Amino acid sequence: MSQPGQNYLNHEKGLWSWLTTLDHKRIGIMYMISVFTFFFIGGVFAMLMRLELFNPEPLFAAQTYNQMMTYHGAIMTFMVIIPGVPAFIGNFILPLLIGAKDVAFPRVNLLSWYCLMVGAAISFATLFFAGVDTGWTFYTPYSIQTNGTVLMVLGAFVMGFSSILTGLNFIVTIHKLRAPGMDFFKMPLMVWALYSTAIIQVLATPVLAITLLLLAAEKLMGVGIFDPALGGDPVMFQHFFWFYSHPAVYIMILPAMGIVSELITTFSKKTIFGYRAIAFSSIGIAAVSFFVWGHHMFVSGQSQLAAVIFSFITMLVGVPTAIKTFNWVATLYRGSIEFRSPMLYALGFLFLFTIGGVTGIMLAVIAADVHFHDTYFVVAHFHYVMVGGTLMAIMGGVYYWLPKMFGKMYNELGAQISFLFIFCGFNITFFPQFLLGSYGMPRRYHQYLPEFTSLNQISSVGSWTIGVGFLIGLGVIVHCIKWGPKAPKNPWGGKTLEWTTDSPPIHENFETTPVVTEGPYEYGK
Amino acid sequence: MSKHHHAHHFDSAEAEFEASKFGVWVFLCTEILMFGGLFVGYILYAGKYPEVFEAGSQFLDWKLGAINTAVLLLSSYTIAISIRNIQTGETKKAINNMIITLLCGFAFMGIKGYEYNHKFHLGLYPGKYFSYDAKAHHGDVKDTAPGDHNKPELMDNLPENIPMYFSFYFLMTGIHGTHVLIGMGLIFWCLMRTRRGDFSPDYYTGLEGAALFWHLVDLVWIYLFPLLYLV
Amino acid sequence: MSANEHHIMPMKTYNVVFITLLILTAFTVLIAQFDFGAMNTLIAMLVATVKATLVGMYFMHLKYEDKTYAVCLLSGVFFLIIMFAFIAVDVGSRVIETNTL
Repeated sequence: MSQPGQNYLNHEKGLWSWLTTLDHKRIGIMYMISVFTFFFIGGVFAMLMRLELFNPEPLFAAQTYNQMMTYHGAIMTFMVIIPGVPAFIGNFILPLLIGAKDVAFPRVNLLSWYCLMVGAAISFATLFFAGVDTGWTFYTPYSIQTNGTVLMVLGAFVMGFSSILTGLNFIVTIHKLRAPGMDFFKMPLMVWALYSTAIIQVLATPVLAITLLLLAAEKLMGVGIFDPALGGDPVMFQHFFWFYSHPAVYIMILPAMGIVSELITTFSKKTIFGYRAIAFSSIGIAAVSFFVWGHHMFVSGQSQLAAVIFSFITMLVGVPTAIKTFNWVATLYRGSIEFRSPMLYALGFLFLFTIGGVTGIMLAVIAADVHFHDTYFVVAHFHYVMVGGTLMAIMGGVYYWLPKMFGKMYNELGAQISFLFIFCGFNITFFPQFLLGSYGMPRRYHQYLPEFTSLNQISSVGSWTIGVGFLIGLGVIVHCIKWGPKAPKNPWGGKTLEWTTDSPPIHENFETTPVVTEGPYEYGK
Repeated sequence: MSKHHHAHHFDSAEAEFEASKFGVWVFLCTEILMFGGLFVGYILYAGKYPEVFEAGSQFLDWKLGAINTAVLLLSSYTIAISIRNIQTGETKKAINNMIITLLCGFAFMGIKGYEYNHKFHLGLYPGKYFSYDAKAHHGDVKDTAPGDHNKPELMDNLPENIPMYFSFYFLMTGIHGTHVLIGMGLIFWCLMRTRRGDFSPDYYTGLEGAALFWHLVDLVWIYLFPLLYLV
Repeated sequence: MSANEHHIMPMKTYNVVFITLLILTAFTVLIAQFDFGAMNTLIAMLVATVKATLVGMYFMHLKYEDKTYAVCLLSGVFFLIIMFAFIAVDVGSRVIETNTL
């Protein structure tokens, strides 16, 4: 029996107790601080890029811009969006969702955080030694010819282990540590999402590891595998790279969709529509995601036969996603909807992710992609899905579970204002980019033709708006943690297990192991 | 009676054992994909440049490769038996079998070291460090490929991108060798723990994990041997 | 303690498997004496797979364990094959299209 007022935050004191913790909740919070910090650094690079692109005349040297865009991409991909949901939110909430005391391998969990931090440090070190300017995709032969590649890919290699270890931990946790009575079809959809994500993390990331190793070997030894001058095939690099990096984008979106499922059902006070369909579609997306990577390579020199196969399967992968979207909307229908901030983000997700997803299908059409590839259309597409999708879901999840994490309520008005700035700012930034891409403005260029000026300026103004929005959001969160009013166990009337325990939870999560007798969203009729 | 206490978040030692085993299997899956990526690269480039790979493999002595295969198979056998020994309470036999496994590991690395040394002596380095002098070493390497595949004349007139073969060779055997060393380290740790009395028929999770890892190392070599030495 | 995980295989099984593995190794070396062209690689990989299956089923106890572990292993292999197959389709058809290696 724990003392009143005792929880995982005050269980032990001091920095050392945090750095050596085995508590998944503390590890989740450490990831939160890391991910937020990396997000702001990546965001600064984004601001600098949009500053450069405000006018057609360049502000920085071309190579400087190329470095900024590389670091923006690499930081956001490897240090924010991939760990963002699984390692930060997932680590905190997964054991609570399944009624467990911790994840299966707490020490491996801590190791995964150190892998992220060490990998990030190595990557950031390249900023001081030799700025990488290849784009986060490290295409050969340029990545072999330029400096900084080896160190940067070493950093990414180490960060990849963070992802693998998280995925490994979650798979075993979900299989082995569910509370009595919780069979697979009584698990919350967030758990299905984390499970599907973990499968991708475990299967795809090792291929990234070997790809990066081969790239480093190519640069250091001259293997001759990717360098055309030595008889190698640069398209082979792209195959190896995208075999991981396409499933990686589903690592980014699947857990976000899990959050959306939780938010929509809780804030509609209604059982989720089509639980099994959503559960199976998560697994389905994870599986099919491995068969479509060539759609990043339609203009690379890949054969027509391969291109057609990839194009076709890519269109199929839209189906399970659409199924989820229909089910979410059906959940909203005749629900008792509360427009609290988490719900605003979930609704924002529905709208923005749909735009992003549909433009993805447009890109799957080879003939269209030949025109759109390497233009701002693609940039807009992936920002709609990654920011309009995943980041929105992360923000929604943060506000949703913040009371559970810290035992404090955040300021609702502040959160809503932040949402407004982010949502409007996002659309102002990125919608014009669809138009710019259609008109032919190439991506990864530090300047552009004068006729693109007004749309670029609108986009840049949008970026400042988002910036303000996130700063307000940060303020709301920090204010909440330090001075927020005490939060109850269950501020939202949620039905999943985390709402049955204290806010913040005790070290062991639950006083007694919960026994599950019904499904996760029984709101009654 | 086991003096092992299972971790607080597991219901029982049994649950912890099963979870640990599962964790090791998931990890092995990641290793399959990592090594597998290398194999995919190897096979695709062997398909693209068959003459490079045929010439390169002349420098690999199949007899040494076969001995190493037998050595690893023996080591897999002995580590599997050592688990059985723990299960039946025959700790002394378990220790002996672990020692044999380690000796096999040393033998494997020893033969590997000999092969590497021989190649360095001939200037057969990976990639841009390749410096084989065909004239100076004519006839030095003999009877290394089996039967019909033995074509020593290929070594006199090597294709231009032959260094690629040796890049693959050193990368694949190097990464495999690193895993052999890690496996030996794990088994050595298990040996120490067994001597300390940590393991019993009720509890031997660490050994189970180390053995599974060691079997993976063997599995990779089962594929590596024919690919590099025989075809 | 359930009998399943701690099923103790008889020594005979281990011995038979080990001898079989050695025999298969000898076989694969023997076959390699002859030049069957591309078939050599195929046969070698097939024999290797048989050996790998034996190691997996008996030395790694997959025959007696929870099916989940075998599913784990096989999914890894499956996606590896996918990676190989799709890239091979591209490389193969590119050689035909562009007439270059």
